[in-house]
Amino acid sequence: MKARAKFLIGSGIIIVTLISLAYVGFTQSKTYYHTISELGSLHGMSLHQRMRVSGNVRAGSINRASGRVDFVLEEQGKALPISYTGRDPLPDTFKDGAQALVEGRLTPDGRFVAEQVQAKCASKYEATPNQTSGAPQPGQTSNRSNVMSPGS
Amino acid sequence: MDIFGSFALLLAFLAAVYAFAAGIAGILTRRTLLAKSAHNAGMAVFALVTLAVASLEYYFFTDNFSMAYVAAHSNRALPAFYKFAALWAGQEGSLLFWSWLLSIYVFSALFVNRNKHPELMPYAGVVMAGVQIFFLTLNNFVASPFNVMGGADASGTLRLATLGDGHGLNPLLQYPEMVIHPPMLYLGYTGFTIPFAFALAALLGRYPGEKWIHITRSWTMIAWCFQSVGILLGAHWAYAVLGWGGYWGWDPVENASFLPWITGTAFLHSVMMQEKRGMMKVWNIWLVFTTFMLCILGTLLTRSGVISSVHAFAQSSIGNWFVAFLALVFIVCFWAYWLNRDYLRSDNQLDSLVSRESSFLFNNLVLLAACFAVLWGTLFPVLSEWVVDSKISVGPTFFNKVIIPIALFLLFLTGVGPLLAWRKTSYDALRRNFAMPVMGGVLAGIVAFIFGFREIYSLICLILSVFVTLTIASEFYRGARVIAARDGTNILSAVGELTMRNTRRYGGYIVHFGMVLIFIGIAGQAFNRDIQMEMAPGQTLKIGPYTILCQNFDRVANNNYESERASLEVFRDGRSEMMLYPERRFFLASQVTETMVAIQTSPLRDLYVVYAGRSPETDKPVIHAYLNPLVKWIWFGGIVLVLGTGLALLPSRRAALVLRPAAEKSWGDAVAKDASAIGAIAHRSDAHD
Repeated sequence: MKARAKFLIGSGIIIVTLISLAYVGFTQSKTYYHTISELGSLHGMSLHQRMRVSGNVRAGSINRASGRVDFVLEEQGKALPISYTGRDPLPDTFKDGAQALVEGRLTPDGRFVAEQVQAKCASKYEATPNQTSGAPQPGQTSNRSNVMSPGS
Repeated sequence: MDIFGSFALLLAFLAAVYAFAAGIAGILTRRTLLAKSAHNAGMAVFALVTLAVASLEYYFFTDNFSMAYVAAHSNRALPAFYKFAALWAGQEGSLLFWSWLLSIYVFSALFVNRNKHPELMPYAGVVMAGVQIFFLTLNNFVASPFNVMGGADASGTLRLATLGDGHGLNPLLQYPEMVIHPPMLYLGYTGFTIPFAFALAALLGRYPGEKWIHITRSWTMIAWCFQSVGILLGAHWAYAVLGWGGYWGWDPVENASFLPWITGTAFLHSVMMQEKRGMMKVWNIWLVFTTFMLCILGTLLTRSGVISSVHAFAQSSIGNWFVAFLALVFIVCFWAYWLNRDYLRSDNQLDSLVSRESSFLFNNLVLLAACFAVLWGTLFPVLSEWVVDSKISVGPTFFNKVIIPIALFLLFLTGVGPLLAWRKTSYDALRRNFAMPVMGGVLAGIVAFIFGFREIYSLICLILSVFVTLTIASEFYRGARVIAARDGTNILSAVGELTMRNTRRYGGYIVHFGMVLIFIGIAGQAFNRDIQMEMAPGQTLKIGPYTILCQNFDRVANNNYESERASLEVFRDGRSEMMLYPERRFFLASQVTETMVAIQTSPLRDLYVVYAGRSPETDKPVIHAYLNPLVKWIWFGGIVLVLGTGLALLPSRRAALVLRPAAEKSWGDAVAKDASAIGAIAHRSDAHD
């Protein structure tokens, strides 16, 4: 029984250590998903959280200035001005009308400062460049198809 | 033309249902003829699914764009190599591929054991057929790969449609590794079905003895090896294709493949406790069950759209099927366990904290903790949405904070565990076995510290890596020295002899060494550097010891893609070393641009260069260069790991001389006693099968 007790104590120490590490890691990296309409109703602490917001890039809103790129995300009629300040060039898929996911923080003046931008293009079929499936449904035809009757 | 494939698939489903039903009937009525026919039906599934796969591949190679799946994932200009791989590029085909690999495993397991274990095989056959029924249901009725283009018109007659050309294969998948990465990973995922089937069969049939453990262990090693290779190839693909300079990002789908690997690893270790000491039976059986369920969960995460990920398939309702199957599997497992829990009573208790048993217990404890942490972090957005109605995700910081200490602790155990004796290790044995490796490790740490090595985790990793390598080397050396002294051979051939006498033990050490190499490679990450710069022809960039000169930019085109390419000359110490050509390719069929990374790899460091596109302000090309030390060690470690697993699967050579010492002793203890040493080695060689 003595060995068993020692083992349990050792396990306890390991588990407590890991839980505290997990807690620290969690508080440092947690990111909240919000919709643009939800942002208006946030207050207090939750305004300063790191968050992810998604929406569509408003056509013509992309404005490239030195060191940053400004654009507007839209979702269900609500708009959110974004400033991207990251170092990496924006993905090719980032263009007017693209679906974008931004990660960063909200500033007091209502502008969202993004450190990361991911974008999916609204391409000719529903596939997104980051996804491995984009099967058109049976029956769906595209501009390159030619409809044939059975047997031909 | 689609009739052939669909029909083969339907027959496969019926054969699996027959194997399941006749198998149960055979067990209940104890009629061997019925059991035999169930067995044959199980093997027939393989032939039928193979026909379905061959038929789909035929459509790909004949560019039959009236097939919805072919039209969505191929085009005329696609190289033949990728037409073959397009089979698993989408939801329906990859599920068919899954069923096919599963049927290969089931066939092999049934075939290898066709005249063995008459009490166990019928149960195992039923479980395997049950799993096959689920996947074949999906293939036949939920996500058929044989749907045709077209639909019913106004009058209700079916009108077929065809495309002039297909939509093409996702460019991210047009990379040689993508042809082998998914099959390897799927071979891992599906492979865990076999150990699961044997474990559940042994429990249901209350199969006496530990024989099922041997069968389960071998199949687990096979699946585990494929899973390891699949994960590493995926990491390498991410590294070489995605162009962000890293290989692992704690993406949900990466995590999903990592989870069964963790529990599989835990099982491969804890199963030894059951073989040698009759302990942890409940734990082991649940580890096998959990591994299988995590495989299903992984598939669920990838295919349901529950969690957003770079790999996820398009959202679909197929996830519900996996949830239902997962629930069913859990209920069956729990029911089987509850009915037969007395069958799993432990024979022994833990004797000492400084023993092999306790090192395995700690190994399992932290592996399970790692599994739990990864699962928790992956599912957190879903869980938090349920509980507090707000979707919260956790980033790599969370995973790294928890997993790095666990991994280092495991590395420590890798060195310590094999040298500890079963039951209890004496202080003398500890000193004898560990003095040299500990000194070596500490010495390496001091030297590294003097040379300015300050990253704490990497420093610990270095010390432990040297320590573990030395313990492994000393194990080989000590055993080989005894054989060399007895047979009068040289030490190298004695190492070979030693290894072949106990392939499982020494193969295991080689796997451990492969893991050490992987750890070293990962530790190199702490010293990564990168720089991003706009470069016009003639400009230079300095990173580490390299100077990169931009020579020019040009365009290349073929009928699959158009590419924009940078020609960079790399200098080191003023001498020209090589040319690198990072590219951006625009794929015509799918209208997508992809980055092609240029990597100059060497054992010490990788120079990784990305053509990141043109700067929006100046229209100058942007070059992003990374210097990643030691990455190559990871891939090399993977090769060592595969060799080690292969070796461990070989049967051990029997020794001529068998003298059995009185009691089980640690390897080190036994060898130290000169008189009984030879006998101990001879004995050890037949201690494992």
